[in-house]
Amino acid sequence: MNAAASEATHPSARRVLGFGRRDLAGYLFLAPWLAGFVVFTLGPALASLYLSFTKFDLLSPPVWIGAENYTRMFTGDYRFYQALKVTFTYLLFEVPLKLAFALGIATLLDKAVRGGSFYRALFYIPSLLGGSVAIAVLWRQLFEGNGTVNQLLLWLLGIQGPSWISNPNTAVYTLVILAIWQFGSPMIIFLAGLRQIPQDLYEAASMDGASKFRQFYRITLPLLAPVIFFNMVLQVIEGFKAFTPAFIISGGTGGPVDSTLFYTLFLYQEAFAYFRMGYAAALAWVLLIIIGAFTGLSFLTSKYWVHYEDDAR
Amino acid sequence: MKTMHAEAGTRLDAKAMAGAILRHGLLIAASFVMLYPLLWMIASAFKPENAIFTDLSIIPPSLDPVNFREGWTALQTSFTRFYWNSFVIAILVVIGNLVSCSLTAYAFARLQFRWKQPLFALMLATLMLPYHVTLIPQYVLFLQLGWVDTILPLVVPKYLAADAFFIFLMVQFFRGIPRELDEAAQMDGCSPWRIYWKIIMPLSLPVLATAGIFSFLWTWNDFFGPLIYLNDSINYTVPLALRSFVDATGTSAWGQLFAMSVLAILPIFLVFLFFQRLIIEGVAMSGMKR
Repeated sequence: MNAAASEATHPSARRVLGFGRRDLAGYLFLAPWLAGFVVFTLGPALASLYLSFTKFDLLSPPVWIGAENYTRMFTGDYRFYQALKVTFTYLLFEVPLKLAFALGIATLLDKAVRGGSFYRALFYIPSLLGGSVAIAVLWRQLFEGNGTVNQLLLWLLGIQGPSWISNPNTAVYTLVILAIWQFGSPMIIFLAGLRQIPQDLYEAASMDGASKFRQFYRITLPLLAPVIFFNMVLQVIEGFKAFTPAFIISGGTGGPVDSTLFYTLFLYQEAFAYFRMGYAAALAWVLLIIIGAFTGLSFLTSKYWVHYEDDAR
Repeated sequence: MKTMHAEAGTRLDAKAMAGAILRHGLLIAASFVMLYPLLWMIASAFKPENAIFTDLSIIPPSLDPVNFREGWTALQTSFTRFYWNSFVIAILVVIGNLVSCSLTAYAFARLQFRWKQPLFALMLATLMLPYHVTLIPQYVLFLQLGWVDTILPLVVPKYLAADAFFIFLMVQFFRGIPRELDEAAQMDGCSPWRIYWKIIMPLSLPVLATAGIFSFLWTWNDFFGPLIYLNDSINYTVPLALRSFVDATGTSAWGQLFAMSVLAILPIFLVFLFFQRLIIEGVAMSGMKR
């Protein structure tokens, strides 16, 4: 005891014993985050994993049912497959088209256009507003049977369009259009990427007589590949989480006939409309696995198509 | 168009000018297509009900604010209340994020303590975690605390640095501040707290502004959180009120609905007008979504 007490006065011994003053300061600053992490992230994540193996309706305590939620999901719930189908259809169209628009406009803007920052701001506005209820409400009117899109079609082309929102074959594509409309934020990231490409590469290519198209294909695309990759992963992850527009346009049902039943909307319904909390927790874990698998796969395959400037190999 | 001729007159040859005209033509056409729905919505907020499904114009026929006046009080609770709720939540979230995330970021960027690296890795891992995974136990927790149908579930986590994204953003920024500054202060016997408050914070106004602005925008737009936690219409935020406006009036009051929608996005638009550069730089730097 005496030895320990005398050692404690020696600074190096204090480190060995455990927390020093230095650690204490660090943990004082970290305390809010640490508390939040345990209470709002780590604890709930573990609890949600447990709940996913139970039947739980909020009113009575959870009952352990083993893997039943998972087996039901994969073998007995057609809406689960419908939700996956809707979400993947949405992603399949939304991500490539949005990135194509973003890259196209960014290339136009990159060439030192007069008023470039003005256009950039204009194109960014939809990204800022797109996820809001107000815009989803607007979209609902635009794509109705007698909505503005059909008025325009009639006026410009003389075509009488269908009710895009209430037709199960077209409803999800109105949401795809809404997503593409928000190409502004990947565009800004592309612009930042384009600025990094050395201009003398283009000058040299022009001297050698390479056409603009060839320059884009041989210089811009390969050098921008890391940015395209980054934008793609980001957009897919965001796309999986899309909720508000589908909820508003379908009035919370995911209809017509489940044609806008996004995965998150399905999860919301299971949890807060049917109070199948255990099942919803299982859905959340499957979502995490899907997103994780996609991200992992992207990174694993990226070395075959993404070239990094400072790659040592 | 005028400016382009002036520009062309200086030194550009005919081919370059044709290219510039083509490029501007494309950009103007694209901006018009992009902005048409928004402009049409704003114009329609001033149109009488029967014109909304026939009039394609983006110019308001008059500036009669009748739709705004009637829409404002069309629900049982007036929009004054919804605006107040939205503002209270947004302001409290902004303060919470700025305080708690900067404290955390300071610890990760500047202080030395045990298990710093693993904790930092954990913090980054939470960035990748979809909120759905923690959603249900969190709901149960708030239900047991009796916090459902109050603003607490939407606000309290932000005071415990729940938005890892802002921590990450601030860590990056703090690392760029010259270490000599805090080392000198340390020599003079400054405590970590004083260094945080007197040196790091004042030098970090740009990142604090960016984090504050995005906190505000995301909270103002948030629909999922309020949808789950707020039940009584007196507690509704503006997006939630708009949703119940759709449910209450169906498709019978588009003019009023658009008027309220325009007012719902007005604060976002104003923030964008004032802080455009910070917002666009923020997106470019870190690939922020939304």
